[in-house]
Amino acid sequence: MLRQITDNKAMLVGCILIFIFTATAIFSAWLSPFDPFAQNIRFRLKPPGETYWLGTDGYGRDILSRIIWGARISLTVGVVAVSIGATLGILMGLVSGFFGGSVDNLLMRIIDVLLVLPTVLLALVIVAMLGPGIFNLMVAVGISNAPRFARVIRAEVLAVKKMVFVDAASALGASYMRLMSRHILPNTLASILVLSTLRVAQAITTEASLSFLGLGVAPPTPTWGSMISDGRIYLRTSPWVAIVPGVMIMLIVMAFNLFGDGLRDLLDPKLRGSKANLAR
Amino acid sequence: MDELEDISRRVLVIIPTILGAVTLAFLIIHAAPGDPIRTLMGDYDAPPEVVERLKQQFGLDKPLYVQYVNYVASVLSGDFGTSLRTGREVLAEILRVFPHTLFLALGAVVLAILIGIPLGMISAVRNNTSFDHLSRIVALLGISMPSFWLALVLLLFLSVYAGWFPLVGAGELENPLSILHHLFLPALALAARDAAAISRLTRSGLLEILRQDYIVTARAKGLAEKIVIYKHALRNALIPIVTVISLDLGYTLGGTVVIEAVFSRPGLGSLIIQSIYSRDYPQLQGAIMFFAFCFLLVNMTTDIIYKFIDPRIDYKRAL
Repeated sequence: MLRQITDNKAMLVGCILIFIFTATAIFSAWLSPFDPFAQNIRFRLKPPGETYWLGTDGYGRDILSRIIWGARISLTVGVVAVSIGATLGILMGLVSGFFGGSVDNLLMRIIDVLLVLPTVLLALVIVAMLGPGIFNLMVAVGISNAPRFARVIRAEVLAVKKMVFVDAASALGASYMRLMSRHILPNTLASILVLSTLRVAQAITTEASLSFLGLGVAPPTPTWGSMISDGRIYLRTSPWVAIVPGVMIMLIVMAFNLFGDGLRDLLDPKLRGSKANLAR
Repeated sequence: MDELEDISRRVLVIIPTILGAVTLAFLIIHAAPGDPIRTLMGDYDAPPEVVERLKQQFGLDKPLYVQYVNYVASVLSGDFGTSLRTGREVLAEILRVFPHTLFLALGAVVLAILIGIPLGMISAVRNNTSFDHLSRIVALLGISMPSFWLALVLLLFLSVYAGWFPLVGAGELENPLSILHHLFLPALALAARDAAAISRLTRSGLLEILRQDYIVTARAKGLAEKIVIYKHALRNALIPIVTVISLDLGYTLGGTVVIEAVFSRPGLGSLIIQSIYSRDYPQLQGAIMFFAFCFLLVNMTTDIIYKFIDPRIDYKRAL
């Protein structure tokens, strides 16, 4: 497995980048050279230089320190939101695919309704209902991801449940619960893992978009999306304030895309070239 | 006759989804925690009799199922309610700004096709050359960068520094040139991701088709390489690309929300954001529903067009 990862260069790059971002998020308190909240009007809008490597923002806060702390928010929101979405989606997809009939029909119509709004818009509407804040943001991005998981898992379950080993387990008297949890679910894990990785990239972009629109985490907590939004007013005079956080979002999204694509090739050659990574 | 049956089947199948979208919009105001009237009032501590009167005015004093039935009935008769912020009819306001969103989404799709297909084609024909490597890296960056950030970067270089494009706004509706001038940058920012996806798909599709026996035959009988690529290979590679483009048109509509905010463009997205900020729930409900209708309409139309492009598709079996 490790050999296959190192052989796939793109996946290796993704893996290394994810490792760097995760380490940065975990050790942000030790890594950040300044307090990310400390304002110093005397040093506002300083260009990147010796003291402030990535410059300072409109309140004189060190951009590098805020980027380092922002990694924590982005990764947490991305991973927790996808976990919420995956849990909901897997439950719906599993029940829908396994029981079929009217249960399947009802659940799929609910999924259809949730899919008529693109992810960003659905998350936006849920945040509008629940109010801003990091927890609500994670729930909103999570729920907006659930339909995509449900669709993929349902399709997998429909294929797996026709296999002979499921018939065998059923003939041996396994309950529905046991059939679903011990025989069918483990066989869909490859798809769940690949889709989760790719959806983390999407969730990070959605979080950044909502924070950019002012509907994400409340200030002064540093998030990359809100940092870009803050930098808009200084675009003409101090472009680094908005440019640097965007580069970070691009790198982290790219890392998860590369890792997810590689994982798909590794775990399920059947999925190679599928459009899962392109679907929003 | 069969085609007509297929199309009517397609139309019928979206009715429950439309009803679901209307229910979702109804839930927006009722699932929000707290009393909707108090929420609308914000920090203003209104006397109880004022709150009661407003509840009666909006029909919120009736049981939930009555409110729901009334809501569905009024939406189906084309009455989306009145905006709390402007006092104007919700549907009229939506129809006023919608052309801007439609132009933006269509502009983005056209740019994505114009950039994505040639890039993918050259990449496939010059497989494993430095152009191929470079275009694949550009596609990867295109897929990974957030559109609103790309929009700011484009604004910085092409509007602020070069002065070629206007900074904000959507132009005057009566003047097509002004519309196009204002449209280019936002459409380009929105198109980047789709262009990258289309170029990847064109490249991989074309590479696979170029390995097929009939291409070898075409080359063996001495056809010019251009004819082999355009007439024999590209036509067949285009079918999955049409699927992605049609799927993406709906999602591109979603992407307009953030892009409109960056360029301060009027449109459906800006209307949604404004309604959220000002807690104008009737306007928000109307805009969300309109969005859902558009999305369903786009999907249904592309499904029907697709049947004509690829006659192998049989919806009776698919449904």
